[in-house]
Amino acid sequence: MNIALVEYGAGNLPSVERALGRLGVASYRASTPEALADCDALILPGVGHFGALMRSLGERSLVKPLREAVSRGTPLLGICLGLQAMFATSDEAPGDAGLAMFPQKVSALPPGDRLPHMGWNQLRRARPSKLLEGVPQDAYFYFAHSYAALEAGEAGVAYCDHCASFVAVLEQENIFATQFHPEKSGPVGARILLNFVRQAGARG
Amino acid sequence: MSLAHRIIPCLDTDGERVVKGVNFVNLRDAGDPAALAARYNIEGADELVVLDIAASRDHRPTFLETIRSVARELAIPLTAGGGVANVEEGRAILRAGADKLTVNTAAIRNPALLTALAAEFGSQAVVLAIDAKRVGNRWEAFVRGGSVPTGMDAVAWAHQGVDCGAGEILITSMDKDGTRSGFDCPLTAAISRAVSVPVIASGGADTPETFLEVFRAGRADAALAASIFHDSIQGLGALKRYLGEQGVSVRQTG
Repeated sequence: MNIALVEYGAGNLPSVERALGRLGVASYRASTPEALADCDALILPGVGHFGALMRSLGERSLVKPLREAVSRGTPLLGICLGLQAMFATSDEAPGDAGLAMFPQKVSALPPGDRLPHMGWNQLRRARPSKLLEGVPQDAYFYFAHSYAALEAGEAGVAYCDHCASFVAVLEQENIFATQFHPEKSGPVGARILLNFVRQAGARG
Repeated sequence: MSLAHRIIPCLDTDGERVVKGVNFVNLRDAGDPAALAARYNIEGADELVVLDIAASRDHRPTFLETIRSVARELAIPLTAGGGVANVEEGRAILRAGADKLTVNTAAIRNPALLTALAAEFGSQAVVLAIDAKRVGNRWEAFVRGGSVPTGMDAVAWAHQGVDCGAGEILITSMDKDGTRSGFDCPLTAAISRAVSVPVIASGGADTPETFLEVFRAGRADAALAASIFHDSIQGLGALKRYLGEQGVSVRQTG
């Protein structure tokens, strides 16, 4: 198993590495187009700013190789900002184009509850999910964000409610993403990562 | 379905070892940070805070190593801080494995630091820590580990700090810290009303009832405690079960 963690100068790479390591899964950091070409699965972690992430991917010429790997069927897991980057645009950086794997946009969560949405919250499941296999219905996951995708069509498999209903888990063919941080979500988070790794294994 | 109230054990360190004291003085050794972190990770802590209360420049590499050793033990979020005075020091703490950093003294001297940190790392990574003490009919913010008064109103400072970019407030009552006489609910509620971001209450934790009180009357989103957890006076599991029975949304584990 050869899992590439997309490294773009920011993000939460070490904690994702540690979480995979606890599952006995080896990973490597990929910061060049070549490094993205030959892997069984890709993880795009993320914390920070949508615009900074997209510019950073652009400067490293990683946008096209990422899209190509996904077209080839390589499983991709986006985490937090990594989920948001899969959309066309974001309120956070109106001038910057996202990876546009989904046509919808990322919105600022409207006022209502405390923001940032920070802490442990539960999910509302809308469709069968591979990532959530074996995860109890009432499980809590760790969120830390102020922006979110409110809609993702058929790809939205689980939602969360805080200020608004937003996409918490996204799945479409070989594309997977979570708005929460599985690497920070204790045993249930580890199960999500394991489920993703199994997708990569099933394919290989 | 709603956001759970968080229970957060805090490791006050001298950079290397966990220490504890009453009202910020008479510090004594209370254990190995990584060992305590491993314990709290399993027992159901929702997050961990590790602070360098000595915050001396000489000890900074040691503290960064402490953050690394603590982060290795955790599958939950980690917040770290103590003496962070600029973006580069913040970056070093986050690179060492923290998800969020706390700033205190330097932010009061230079509120623009909060803006710079938020621009660089996002507000969700910037926790403004305020040490407050009752002075007359208001609460005053203190700095340098609670030793120096600032003349600033703690509630007004919290509001300003959020405007500058802080994504969370960690409010410590110096009157309550180390006394095990309950959280300062009026202070916490005043801060909570003044800001739109989550508020972590600190200082005075004791029985499960004191946590219930700070979540209800104090309107806290999270509660932090040190010695009652370090000394096993209060177990995390039992505390969360109690809160759940009282109708408080908490993440039950195990």
